[in-house]
Amino acid sequence: MTRNGSDAVTLTWTSEQEETFSFWLRGSSSSHDRGWAHLLPSSRQLHYGIMIKKFDKKDEESGSGSNPFQHLEKSAVLQEARIFNETPINPRRCLHILTKIIYLLNQGEHFGTTEATEAFFAMTRLFQSNDQTLRRMCYLTIKEMANISEDVIIVTSSLTKDMTGKEDVYRGPAIRALCRITDTTMLQAIERYMKQAIVDKVPSVSSSALVSSLHMVKMSYDVVKRWVNEAQEAASSDNIMVQYHALGLLYHLRKNDRLAVTKMLNKFTKSGLKSPFAYCMLIRIASKLLDETEGGHDSPLFDFIESCLRNKNEMVVYEAASAIVHMPNCTARELAPAVSVLQLFCSSPKAALRYAAVRTLNKVAMKHPSAVTACNLDLENLITDSNRSIATLAITTLLKTGSESSVDRLMKQISSFVSEISDEFKVVVVQAISALCQKYPRKHSVMMNFLSNMLRDDGGFEYKRAIVDCIISIIEENPESKETGLAHLCEFIEDCEHTVLATKILHLLGKEGPRTPQPSKYIRFIFNRVVLESEAVRAAAVSALAKFGAQNDDLLPSVLVLMQRCMMDSDDEVRDRATFYMNVLQQKQKALNAAYIFNGLSVSIPGLEKSLHQYTLEPLEKPFDMKSVPLATTPITEQKTEIAPISTSKLPEKLAPSRQDIYQEQLAAIPEFQGLGPLFKSSEQVQLTEAETEYVVRCVKHTFARHMVFQFDCTNTLNDQLLQKVMVQMEPSESYEVIHYVPAANLPYSQPGSCYTLVRLPDDDPTAVSCTFSCTMKYLVRDCDPNTGEPDDDGYDDEYVLEDLEVTVADHIQKVLKPNFGAAWEEVGDEFEKEETFALASVRTLDEAVGNIISFLGMQPCERSDKVPENKNSHVLFLAGVFRGGHDVLVRARLALADGVTMQVTVRSGEETVVDVILASVG
Amino acid sequence: MDFMLIFYKQQAVLILDNDGDRLYAKYYDDTYPTVKEQKAFEKNIFNKTHRTDSEIALLEGLTVVYKSNIDLFFYVIGSSHENELMLMAVLNCLFDSLSQMLRKNVERRALLENMEGLFLAVDEIVDGGVILESDPQQVVHRVALRGDDVPLTEQTVTQVLQSAKEQIKWSLLR
Repeated sequence: MTRNGSDAVTLTWTSEQEETFSFWLRGSSSSHDRGWAHLLPSSRQLHYGIMIKKFDKKDEESGSGSNPFQHLEKSAVLQEARIFNETPINPRRCLHILTKIIYLLNQGEHFGTTEATEAFFAMTRLFQSNDQTLRRMCYLTIKEMANISEDVIIVTSSLTKDMTGKEDVYRGPAIRALCRITDTTMLQAIERYMKQAIVDKVPSVSSSALVSSLHMVKMSYDVVKRWVNEAQEAASSDNIMVQYHALGLLYHLRKNDRLAVTKMLNKFTKSGLKSPFAYCMLIRIASKLLDETEGGHDSPLFDFIESCLRNKNEMVVYEAASAIVHMPNCTARELAPAVSVLQLFCSSPKAALRYAAVRTLNKVAMKHPSAVTACNLDLENLITDSNRSIATLAITTLLKTGSESSVDRLMKQISSFVSEISDEFKVVVVQAISALCQKYPRKHSVMMNFLSNMLRDDGGFEYKRAIVDCIISIIEENPESKETGLAHLCEFIEDCEHTVLATKILHLLGKEGPRTPQPSKYIRFIFNRVVLESEAVRAAAVSALAKFGAQNDDLLPSVLVLMQRCMMDSDDEVRDRATFYMNVLQQKQKALNAAYIFNGLSVSIPGLEKSLHQYTLEPLEKPFDMKSVPLATTPITEQKTEIAPISTSKLPEKLAPSRQDIYQEQLAAIPEFQGLGPLFKSSEQVQLTEAETEYVVRCVKHTFARHMVFQFDCTNTLNDQLLQKVMVQMEPSESYEVIHYVPAANLPYSQPGSCYTLVRLPDDDPTAVSCTFSCTMKYLVRDCDPNTGEPDDDGYDDEYVLEDLEVTVADHIQKVLKPNFGAAWEEVGDEFEKEETFALASVRTLDEAVGNIISFLGMQPCERSDKVPENKNSHVLFLAGVFRGGHDVLVRARLALADGVTMQVTVRSGEETVVDVILASVG
Repeated sequence: MDFMLIFYKQQAVLILDNDGDRLYAKYYDDTYPTVKEQKAFEKNIFNKTHRTDSEIALLEGLTVVYKSNIDLFFYVIGSSHENELMLMAVLNCLFDSLSQMLRKNVERRALLENMEGLFLAVDEIVDGGVILESDPQQVVHRVALRGDDVPLTEQTVTQVLQSAKEQIKWSLLR
């Protein structure tokens, strides 16, 4: 190393702080130090002594190393702040102390109210100095302390003076500081100055006033809205930032008035704007408006957005492309121009632009993979991008758009860097693979291998869960992948730190394992868990074991031996489960096995808790009846083709009450509905009006054991009317009897309200399950002032005819999932079995027939029988449900495709009338 | 929520040193309400970004654009729905303004000696999460920091030489 070189080295050492030095001595590997390491090794020994010497010398000179803020003590700084009171003011020292205070606040140091107030008051004296920087730091201190100090408003007059003064450097920041400490009443006092500031010709003043107004819109809408003319004037400013801020303020003052927003858009889209920021905002406003008005893509707004694709600023072009991509129901033709600009961005030298482009293309690929195919070549180039986020997005996009043949290659590419990317992106990759498996089921072996490798790598819970979910969905989709998948999962739980995942997998093993050709090989994995894991996992393992014993007679003796061991477990729950299963299994009865091992409880857990609590409060003579507990609403098992947006999943993960539990609570609060018993089922919402009418009414049908309650959720969309005593009168077509109306007392503009109608179901004819109601909404109208909402004193009665409401057999049946349909079928027995054959002439495919039957009966398809394998001419559909009153009902429908579909329906239930009702309604 | 959708907002502006410690942090919303959560977030960001020089990343559901210079790491953070280029504009403006104010000497020590300049600059660039100014010239002009920094013409020969030496050295070591 040359003499010069070493000089440079020593110099830097002196400029570095102590820590860096000691880091280097310890051989730290941070990137910066590594730079040193390779320069130094040979001369390290040589210069060692010199460096320390020099370092010490410099240290003495500068006092305390290079970070003057390193060991700041809050109390010492506050002590120092006393010099604020000295006369004359020393601007330099005061500035330094203010900097220290802000630095401490910035580091997250906590200031008590008293000490903050004290420092704040001392600071106010500094307004006497005319030092510019010092004054500016005072503004900052005011803003930082606005929430911790008391009586900050005492600086109002000083700030008002500065904002109207001659010094332009002060005016903008003074406005911002002032607005930070102002409330609605004080705002009126400075209103005149604000108006002037908004139209001031100095851009920084105008921008400051506009942005501050924007922050205050939420708090003091009524005051700020009077400045709309000034904002309008500012919007035609030559300064790009002023234009942007003015447009923002204008929009926020008018956003509730669709007409005004439309006018504003028309004006600015025609006149053109200078500011790219303002353009971007116009695009957002336009696409929001398009979305709200459900405007077609021939609207001038859409033309405007499309024209922005030709803007010369990349930011605007990207915003426009992204707006088009995010529009619902965009056709491939409309997407094409947006996709082609994004394609150009893919080869930009700016990483942010490439990232933005490929992320948006990824979104397009979810809905319109074919539209992105044109970009495949550009995306291929991004696979090796040095930014891993871009590379990952490129690959996952390609996985969606590429052909089956490219899958292997892409998967290889991903595995080369999957360990380097963040968990968020790993989840994206897993989701892409999951989607791919649905698309190319034949590739499942490649995917399965890949997933099992990923499962072995390190990763957080979310990531592992995504992988496990993905494997489970592959197993469910492809029966031939079941054994490999289960084997991978077994291996995973051997060393799994996440209790939730382990129990989930054990549950799956219990469900699927017994039905594989070699069930015995899973027993070892499950029993290992009993020996090694925490209580929750052990309990799940015991349940899984029991299922093997119940299904496979030859395994039963061994399972019983293992159960015996589990009965000696140290945990209560594990022991209880083992004892229970042991006793059930020893009976060797199919019906018992079905009821207590395969198909567990189907009641709602919060509901059960509530009922049991109620029962313990008022113990009755008769034993607790499970049938009185509301049933669990089966989660709708949708296909997960839509990939959830990656968002901060920060929601607390607690057991949320289901929709039905919420309804149950709401209804129980209404005195008229007490004594109806537990809520049996709540239907989906039914629209009783067109979407764009004066009043919007939706109905939810609540079924009880002998009654139905119709809940009408009404919204009044007229801002010049207040509706009162709103109720919906119902005229039944059958022998249903309306016994009570609960009106909604008030229905002001745009605030939804509910009214209820109680109907008794016919007792004498249990088969009368369907009925049509003609509905009329009756109410008292009071006209009111659209601005204030103040109603007139007098009102008049009026009515509004709604669409007819249908009650069908599906409203009387609750979906229940029987994980093992065969066992449940045997359990119910053939006492009340009935069978009939129907011809569905109008149906052309098996899929359609299956869909129709499920939606008509409102029952839960079991054993994934709702999916018809391709190229089959016959299919068997299994449906399970519980009929109103708590009677299990099972339906087996054999379908054959010939000319139309022929259907043989077999119904079993514990109650004869139920069987009749179902067959009657099908026919 | 509506406000978020239409107006572009930053959620945070951060400057960390090369140990990942906070030199400056300004959060504009309540995604990370406590100091503890903020510091954890900063650690996470730093760990994910300090080794690669790749400008943009998605972390904890937020878009993070970043830039590093010598021993400083600059971050601008926005929601994942934000226009990435908009965030980039803020980052570039911040960096270029500081670069001018510190005479291209954007490193930890120089920054610490000019903390008030940094505070004022960020205050001019972003206000309550809304971009106030995106032009570094304007920002520098508005901060108008006079202080004790003598203009180039009045610097002594040794001072000029020293700062030149420093710059050459850093460009070599980078």
